Amino acid sequence: MKALKKIYLDNAATTPVDPVVSAKMRPYFSQKYGNASSVHQLGEEARRAVEAARRQTANFLGCLSEEVYFTSGATESDNWAIGGVAEKMASRGIKKPHLITSAIEHKAVLEPCQVLEKKGWAELTVLPVNKDGLVEVKELEKSIRKDTVLVSVMFANSEIGTIQPIKEIGQLLKKLNAGRKEKIYFHTDAVQAINYLSCKVDELGVDLLSLSGHKIYGPKGVGVLYLRKGTAISPLIRGGGHERGMRSGTENVAGIVGLGEAIKRISPARGAQVKKLRNKLITGILKDIPDVILNGSLRERLPNNAHFSFAGAEGESVVFVLSRKGVFTSTGSACASHSLSPSHVLSAIGLAPEQSHISVRFTLGKQTTAAEIDYVLRILPPIIERLRKIAGYKSVKVRPRY
Amino acid sequence: MYSKKVIQHFQNPKNMGKMKNPDSVGEAGNPQCGDVMKIYLKVSVGRIKDISFETMGCVSAIATSSMITELAKERTLAEAEKITYQDVVNELGELPPVKVHCAGMAVAALKKAIENYCKSH
Ligand code: FES
Repeated sequence: MKALKKIYLDNAATTPVDPVVSAKMRPYFSQKYGNASSVHQLGEEARRAVEAARRQTANFLGCLSEEVYFTSGATESDNWAIGGVAEKMASRGIKKPHLITSAIEHKAVLEPCQVLEKKGWAELTVLPVNKDGLVEVKELEKSIRKDTVLVSVMFANSEIGTIQPIKEIGQLLKKLNAGRKEKIYFHTDAVQAINYLSCKVDELGVDLLSLSGHKIYGPKGVGVLYLRKGTAISPLIRGGGHERGMRSGTENVAGIVGLGEAIKRISPARGAQVKKLRNKLITGILKDIPDVILNGSLRERLPNNAHFSFAGAEGESVVFVLSRKGVFTSTGSACASHSLSPSHVLSAIGLAPEQSHISVRFTLGKQTTAAEIDYVLRILPPIIERLRKIAGYKSVKVRPRY
Repeated sequence: MYSKKVIQHFQNPKNMGKMKNPDSVGEAGNPQCGDVMKIYLKVSVGRIKDISFETMGCVSAIATSSMITELAKERTLAEAEKITYQDVVNELGELPPVKVHCAGMAVAALKKAIENYCKSH
């Protein structure tokens, strides 16, 4: 029997570790296993590796090495950014600091914001997005108050891949901050953007930025919070005073080395290649399958993301059949979530639950090939056709072919 | 996540498709997430002679629809009415806990079809 194909189109969920990256990490498990805080040689060796990765990251972000803090991943970075700024501001006597975020943020941003609000420690504005999935800068400007301390808007969305106007928001805040006593800090979750968009923090005008290793062909369990020098923030994880007292816990040396290497290997060429294949996928699907909608803006969108609603075919079923045929994707359908509620992102862009119910996300990666896309385009139409038949769905358009 | 039997029924559902001139139709669903299930019946002297389904839903919903039509076929209406979601789950081996409600949907659609039949006959 032929081995089952493995066509991985779920790169927004995680990416395979690049073999070069894992090779760089390997010595740091059993040979160079020192604690980066130890003064002996092994410790020094580990410290040097951590600092090299810090420089690689700083290079990529266009910031100082000392503005890079290693964490356990972007969820921690996001929690730290939100909770840390709010706490610091509260300690400076701002009673209920005001936070602004958007409705399509990752839960790692939304949840901490909502918890602060619920506890009465902060006030919260959650900005809606338009149907393309974009935050309107004008709306954001209107929501700013005297006691606003933090704006957190993600760079690119993980589900529909839409790219937010981060630069514009950065410029707006810079302008406003010039006339304010307490600065409004600007945080962005750049997890999905890192692979494909320039993340120079000064160009973006951000003060805090979260990123994660495993979305960029690096390891899981390691991430970064960039903190502009002078940012008022309390630590989230306290203890032995690692990371200049801001993030305690023995450094995950192998992970940090992997993250640094993965960041170093990001090249702008990645986007162009992936975009060609992604467009091939979109064109093919729209041509061969009737009653399909592409969700989210096509223009302001990551080059690797395609997100569809296939009328009459429930998302989890589509993902399941694709998976049986070796193609790995994901869905925002309520049926596939633990809570049996549709994706909050899709609801925020105005998709009715029925439309989330039939959604499937394809996220390509640097390893994706044209032959893989051809295969998907070959097997997908009959899969949709079959599920529609089970559902008793009658296509409203004429099918081009079967 | 899904048992072999669930996958079998999902891949090759039994009694699938709309029925011509059914004696009764029952519908159930969760409009909140868009799940819909329809069960068609043909009845002769109080016994289910033919049954089929149409389901817009997840793997579990399709598998349980298929299974319940198998369980109800050739049963009297009184017997079929007593089929519980637990019976369906047991027949399938197991269902992930969050997916048990899909079996509930299948039971509800069958009950509705029987009820509609009794009302009109
Ligand atoms: S039909 Fe929605 S979870 Fe089964």
